[in-house]
Amino acid sequence: MTLADTLRTSFKTVVSYRVRSLLIILAMALGVAAVVVLTALGDGARNYVINQFSSIGTNLLVVLPGRAETSGSFLGAVLGQTPRDLTLKDAQLLGRLPQVRRYAPLNVGAAELSAANRLREVTVLGSNADLIPIRHMKLAQGGFLAHGTERNAQIVLGAKIANEFFPRSQAIGQRVRLGDSRFMVSGVLAAQGESMGFNTDEIVIIPIDYAQAMFNTTSLFRILIEAKSHNDIEPAKQAILATLKQSHDGEEDITVITQDAILSTFDRILHTMTLAVAGIAAISLIVAGILVMNVMLVAVNQRTAEIGLLKAIGATSSDIRRLFFAEAVWLSFAGAILGFLLGQFGNLMLRLAFPQLPAWAPVWASIAGILVALITGIVACLWPASQAARLDAVKALSKR
Amino acid sequence: MIRLSAITRTFHMGDQTVYALNGINLHIASGEYVSIMGPSGSGKSTLLNIIGLLDQPDSGRYELDGRLITDLSETEQAQIRREKIGFVFQSFHLIPRLTAAENIELPLILNGMPQEQRQIRVNDALQAFELKQRASHRPAELSGGQRQRVAIARATIMQPSVILADEPTGNLDHQIGAEVMALLENLHHTGTTLIVVTHDRELGARAHRQIAMRDGKILTDQADDAG
Ligand SMILES: Nc1ncnc2c1ncn2[C@@H]1O[C@H](COP(=O)(O)OP(=O)(O)O)[C@@H](O)[C@H]1O
Ligand SMILES: [Mg+2]
Repeated sequence: MTLADTLRTSFKTVVSYRVRSLLIILAMALGVAAVVVLTALGDGARNYVINQFSSIGTNLLVVLPGRAETSGSFLGAVLGQTPRDLTLKDAQLLGRLPQVRRYAPLNVGAAELSAANRLREVTVLGSNADLIPIRHMKLAQGGFLAHGTERNAQIVLGAKIANEFFPRSQAIGQRVRLGDSRFMVSGVLAAQGESMGFNTDEIVIIPIDYAQAMFNTTSLFRILIEAKSHNDIEPAKQAILATLKQSHDGEEDITVITQDAILSTFDRILHTMTLAVAGIAAISLIVAGILVMNVMLVAVNQRTAEIGLLKAIGATSSDIRRLFFAEAVWLSFAGAILGFLLGQFGNLMLRLAFPQLPAWAPVWASIAGILVALITGIVACLWPASQAARLDAVKALSKR
Repeated sequence: MIRLSAITRTFHMGDQTVYALNGINLHIASGEYVSIMGPSGSGKSTLLNIIGLLDQPDSGRYELDGRLITDLSETEQAQIRREKIGFVFQSFHLIPRLTAAENIELPLILNGMPQEQRQIRVNDALQAFELKQRASHRPAELSGGQRQRVAIARATIMQPSVILADEPTGNLDHQIGAEVMALLENLHHTGTTLIVVTHDRELGARAHRQIAMRDGKILTDQADDAG
């Protein structure tokens, strides 16, 4: 029996047992579709987080007061104690390091904003002109805080604040009162919405000196640093640690987080999650494989007389084994392809429903899903096929 | 061409041993027409299955066309079944999901014949057995006589030298049974060896050589003068 005839004959068998074949193909397909969709969700989530994180800056380092208990732990640093303050002088020192392109000191507080007969509490950010390029922020109108003029009473409004206070008139050039001080609006931020849990639409930004005076503090909340290049990130971190250790009397009491390290941590966690989810989905393929085995065993039993007849007209045991084998290959193959298409369709629907989520199945997952389906289908058929091949022809023929 | 010497075939039922064949000696020359008769359980089917290489004797020698069959591998035996032997069964044994033409084509597929050649052969067989109108019908849509004609067409499509028919008319009424026997006898006239197991004395008497069996043994073996 030629290979082409074996495939053609078993294909006809698959087609003639329509309902049975469709059920197996569907079971296989759902397993493959689950792999394709779940990995797309996992990988989509990973890409979403990474995109969000990349959008907040390039080659970014964050200096915060307090020392992380376990090195590299982001949470430890955030929750850690604050033994010594970061100062504006520290920030200026770091700005002079050769690996550093620019820096932006940061203070955060709340104050009452009043203008045009309106009054509301807003989150106040104190910083300098370089905050805009470091954080990849955009202005809708006007200019940001002027360079080197941190003592000018300028204020930049978040998009929503500007809209609330000056819905009809031009915000630029307007005078506002923040806390006890007067400021002049120099610019309005472009609407960005929520980004990394921080809504820049509802803040105002003032020069760092004013912020420190307003909140009566000399310490900084953070210092944002942009390294000159990707290769400068590690040296910059070391230089920052060394510089601040020196200026803090030999105490290493600050923490430097690199955007790079956080990115790769998230990348690792979410990638592992995707793998785990793919593994769980693959289990449903094993279940489908067991279903194939069961159905093929039933088929061997059902077609016993037929197998006897085939032997009587000259089929060898290996002809019969190959026929059953080819049948399982067709079923798994059809299931794998249908599942892949279903999964791709599901992903398309996901992308339409959640445009921010790049729900594309990674190539490795699609290939692995299809391969696992084929392999389980084939392995599941080995035993039934050899049962069929081993049947005694006379006994098989006498079975009705 | 068929030479059986001291063939024994036993079956074990619990602690009991049943001698389905008990020391069979038989020589059938090429082109003979032989009928085998005997009560149920006398070993007729077992004998036919051994001649047709579907079953193996426990002891004895079997030579077919001068080759000792008992020494051949499973694959070699399958090849002989494919090329030299055609089986016709009482219950037809057609594959229900295949059409008449596809059932007839099966032995050619197993033999690896290219599709165009198969088409020609199957068409000729459909013509010869007057099944042209039924070519694309499934067995369920055929009468008993038509089914057996399909089975005979399938058994002869490889032009075997031996046709083994185990009660071929057992499921057919008298008239149709006689027609089927006539078809088989036509094959005999073209030189094929024909061995028919039958219950019907009248049909059995048509053969040129009549063998009677009982309890796994050959009781009588008579040849007509004409044979
Ligand atoms: N597979 C089998 N298992 C057990 N006994 C069998 C089997 N096949 C045949 N026999 C026994 O062998 C004897 C001969 O059977 P068989 O050749 O079918 O007889 P016949 O065809 O003449 O009716 C019977 O007694 C039958 O019961
Ligand atoms: Mg019988």
